[in-house]
Amino acid sequence: MSLSYEGTIPSRPRYGQLTPRPGSGHLFVADGEGADAILALFAGPGAKGMLATTQIVYMPGPTGTDKSAELEKLGADIFFRAPDYSTAQPRLKRLFGSAHMGLQLYLTGTEGLIGQAQRDAIEAGLPHTAMQTEHRGSTVRRVQCVHCKGITENVRTDPFVCSHCGLNLFVRDHYSRRLAAFQGVNIDAEDPGQVPPQVERFA
Amino acid sequence: MSAGAQRLDVTVAEVVDVNPLIKRFRFVRTGGGALPTFSGGSHIVVDMDDAGTRRLNPYSLMSDPGQTDSYMISVRRDDNGRGGSLYMHRSVRPGMQMQIGWPVNLFPSDLRAKKHLMIAGGIGITPFLAQMAQLDRIGGRFELHYAARNRTLGAYMDELQTRYGARVQTYLDEEGQAMDLKGLLTSQPFGTHLYVCGPKPMIGWVLDTARTLGWPEGALHSEEFLAPPVGQPFEVELARSGKTIRVGAAQSLLEALEAAGVDAPYLCRGGACGQCETDVCEADGTFEHNDHWLSDAEKASGRKIMPCVSRFRGARLVIDR
Amino acid sequence: MGIEFNKETFRDDYTFKNSPAAVRRFPFPFPEDDYMYSVNMEPHVPGRKGSVFEHTFDVDEHYLAEMRDRELVLKSDPLRCQSLPHMTLAGWDLLELIMESKARDYPHWFELHKSGDRWTWINRPMEIEQSFTFLKDDTLPYGPLEYITRQTQGDFTLQDQRDNTLYIDAGTVTTQADWSLDFDVGMAFHEWHAPVPLAHNMGVFDRALKFLLKLQLGSPVRRFNWTMTVDPLLDTSPENYPKWGPSKTTLTMDTIGKRQHLRVELQTLHRLPRSNAIAFPIRAYLASFDDIVTMPKWGRRLHRVVRDVHPDLATYKGFIRNRDLMVQWLSQYDDGKPTSPGWWPEPE
Repeated sequence: MSLSYEGTIPSRPRYGQLTPRPGSGHLFVADGEGADAILALFAGPGAKGMLATTQIVYMPGPTGTDKSAELEKLGADIFFRAPDYSTAQPRLKRLFGSAHMGLQLYLTGTEGLIGQAQRDAIEAGLPHTAMQTEHRGSTVRRVQCVHCKGITENVRTDPFVCSHCGLNLFVRDHYSRRLAAFQGVNIDAEDPGQVPPQVERFA
Repeated sequence: MSAGAQRLDVTVAEVVDVNPLIKRFRFVRTGGGALPTFSGGSHIVVDMDDAGTRRLNPYSLMSDPGQTDSYMISVRRDDNGRGGSLYMHRSVRPGMQMQIGWPVNLFPSDLRAKKHLMIAGGIGITPFLAQMAQLDRIGGRFELHYAARNRTLGAYMDELQTRYGARVQTYLDEEGQAMDLKGLLTSQPFGTHLYVCGPKPMIGWVLDTARTLGWPEGALHSEEFLAPPVGQPFEVELARSGKTIRVGAAQSLLEALEAAGVDAPYLCRGGACGQCETDVCEADGTFEHNDHWLSDAEKASGRKIMPCVSRFRGARLVIDR
Repeated sequence: MGIEFNKETFRDDYTFKNSPAAVRRFPFPFPEDDYMYSVNMEPHVPGRKGSVFEHTFDVDEHYLAEMRDRELVLKSDPLRCQSLPHMTLAGWDLLELIMESKARDYPHWFELHKSGDRWTWINRPMEIEQSFTFLKDDTLPYGPLEYITRQTQGDFTLQDQRDNTLYIDAGTVTTQADWSLDFDVGMAFHEWHAPVPLAHNMGVFDRALKFLLKLQLGSPVRRFNWTMTVDPLLDTSPENYPKWGPSKTTLTMDTIGKRQHLRVELQTLHRLPRSNAIAFPIRAYLASFDDIVTMPKWGRRLHRVVRDVHPDLATYKGFIRNRDLMVQWLSQYDDGKPTSPGWWPEPE
């Protein structure tokens, strides 16, 4: 699945394509189909020499895609499979805490994964413009309910029901790097009960 | 609004020979009172009346930003320059009244930094003097690496080492002391920001090395004020004011505009800030773009010029002033 | 001087009201009979005596009631005031700017005494006397931004300048026109303005940003913005939208004059000295349609603006569903006569 940027707004994140960059070390964080972006990078020119200083932190995607085996075969210095981001997070924070400038960060997979890893790297002091990102796989969204502040993962429909407070929310393209989430706003506040049918916008 | 127009009346309180090439000037507010508080890395534009020729040169503020009773700048004499530094060295004396612009900061500390790594060459030390004083007060973590040709020209080395101890490392070229830049740049903690100020080749060396070692652009900061280069005289038509002016060999286009009484905005007068960006209406000839502001594409387009440092050679130039 | 602070509320029973003097000085935001975005900035220099820009920070009859309302908002949602770690210095800059301005402009209400870094601040209307050490965070009961904005009308954001843009990295936002500080904090200039329709394609934000990046110390600027609010509710936050949204559905020809308010933001921008950040105070003034039409020029003009404004703007500003009703009610006050340029009321 690929993202469309048509008709969107400037706060909606845009993603690029991972390319090898010079650096003292290379940290890849990926989920699901993000594995394909890493495999593509190492199949391309200028990347083989990086393997000895590469660490890959990988977790299955929200739709169950798990390409651990293929990634492990790449022969990176370190390969680590986590069941999900919350499990990988302490490891990443530990890595950032002891890393030096020159470490290259490559984030790929779903927007939720990219956003959360980016948020944690920013907190560790890296400018958000410093990391490479590439979207792969599912387009489901991580959405914050602006009313109860609860985050609903893997949102597929618009509108959707907040998994915390139960309000009907429409999904905006407005995006917060700090929260690593899109914004959900009550759709029937002015006319309670008048909720348009849910449309599957993200898959 | 004409930026750069707001000025402060100051009196020269002190002129100190720091070494054979550098003089230090201290300004107090004429009539008394505090000068505006500023942030480390700021510069002021000093307004000089050099026997009828008006010179406006930017100098970094080197004094402690926490001290607002006076401002200090250091000026390195440039015998081959256009005359601003010579004027400061030869003609400015204690008691003289002058005007300066309000402080402007084009080289601020990025306060998100987990650590500030500063690299200074020669007179490029001045903005760091103010930055370190400020960071020291608010508990910022910093380290200065300061290179100069010899101890005489390393004007503030002793003073800084006394004040900041091991946070200041010095390198004297003539004593064969070289900075291990690669070692320095590969050992910095995640979240460090790099700042460099000094001669052009040094800035290029430091930034290029950092990029090669994987430092991101967002963590790199540099400041270099360009002196307007000398060139062939040229004529410019001013579309808005309906005048035609001649830019002298040792004059900048911005200075020629000002001499003709045309109000042109500026902040740094050194090709860095972008304030004087001017649209080109017509051009038949070649631009000499000397600024750090316009993108390569903008320079190639021939639609923009930075009058503070850039020049023109050719048959006709019309600008929107 | 001579002002009595109103005992009034901006919630529940809505006892907010403007005195006739407050209506006369209301910053009516339309210099012409139509409205479209522009980078309408001018120097924030002392304006006409008695006007809302006579002083750097205007203190008016609503001061104590607005501060009480802010206290209630922060009590229920502390995330309305946030400051990313690198913005503390900018918070001190803002505290100094406000304290010095108020002590200078309203010496009968505010005093600031300095002995080196040891400062004493007196705020008589709020019955506060506070001694503290400037730049020492733990000598105030709150962080510097929160401390001073709990005593100053209007919302505030602090914007850090880097990467050739501005980042909204701190703020106190309790009287906002439907935007969330908690969500937007940390965004770059074009990002936090992203939801605004039309203006991006018009280049408004590019021009505004270019201007602001060059904003100079000692040369603050100001501009107006406006929106519509049903009932004198200051806290029209997205957080509480399910609570206030339904109020829009209950307006009638009989109640609109009293309940529909024009909400004007006097926005000023100040370069801060130590942090090189930009302070962006957003001061909201409310006037009911009944208040507005006491000035015949404003009544005529508001009718024309509301009638002709671009529907995308009416949607974004949240009044599209009541626009026809507004136009119908306001048309009673528009006799079709020409209006004079500028926003000052004229005696008729």
